[in-house]
Amino acid sequence: MRIRPAMAQDQPNVVALDGRVTSIPKPDYWASMFNQFVGHDGQHFLIAETNGGSGDGLGFAGFIIGEVRAWEFGSLPCGWILTILVAPEFQGKRVGEMLFRAISARLKKDGVETIRTMVAREDNLNMSFFRAQGMMAGPFIELEMPVDFGREEE
Amino acid sequence: MKLQKATKFALFAVLELARDTSRQLSATDIADLYGISTHHLAKVLRDLGRAGLVDSVRGVGGGYRFSANARRTTLMDVICIFEDISSDQRQAGDVGEKTDIGHALQMVLGEIDGIAKATLSAITIDTLLKTMRWHQDQ
Repeated sequence: MRIRPAMAQDQPNVVALDGRVTSIPKPDYWASMFNQFVGHDGQHFLIAETNGGSGDGLGFAGFIIGEVRAWEFGSLPCGWILTILVAPEFQGKRVGEMLFRAISARLKKDGVETIRTMVAREDNLNMSFFRAQGMMAGPFIELEMPVDFGREEE
Repeated sequence: MKLQKATKFALFAVLELARDTSRQLSATDIADLYGISTHHLAKVLRDLGRAGLVDSVRGVGGGYRFSANARRTTLMDVICIFEDISSDQRQAGDVGEKTDIGHALQMVLGEIDGIAKATLSAITIDTLLKTMRWHQDQ
């Protein structure tokens, strides 16, 4: 297994894997992510593939995306893991751990001391994964509401 | 969240035994380490044995040893053997639950419970021991 930076030609494999795992194909979103994260300093889009890769997507094991963000929500500069996805047939083979370690090393080189992500409360698979990497609850709490909350009182 | 005494004893025992799976410890060994009642812990260990988390080894030098998969067993798995911490359970019997204020309070408490349950369900025995070792090394 090797980890390398993503290239434009990885886009079909990323779109296909995401569509397979989430059942929601979103090619436009991934096109925008490739524009934003591939080939730019400080933005990391890494691919895991079996040695050599097969070129037909068979060796495509997963990917991870992250970057350093600063000052939003009053936060000091911090590495964010925005997405991690491992193909079901490669899960349980430490591919996610390899991707996480690789991006953590790059974020550390970028100068951050903390890595952060957000996980759905019911997403036990990813929550367990990030916990196993050493992540714990951070100093922020995500809040949300229905957009029309309290409207009848206006 | 406040865990019952038996639940805490169970977590102490499971984590202590999982720390070194080749080691056998008696109820007295573990009780002495944590300053807790041997009698109460012995009962907890029997429950953990029935749940398949620990094995008892009889005879001289016998004791208990961790027998589950530390990478698959979560803190919630241990807790659920001893108590039901689901918020639904509490909602069913709470005083004032049918009033508007009671309902609003229940929503807030349910929010906290939801986070606690998600957290306890995501931390495996292996993860907690690894986290503990990492903090000790720092």
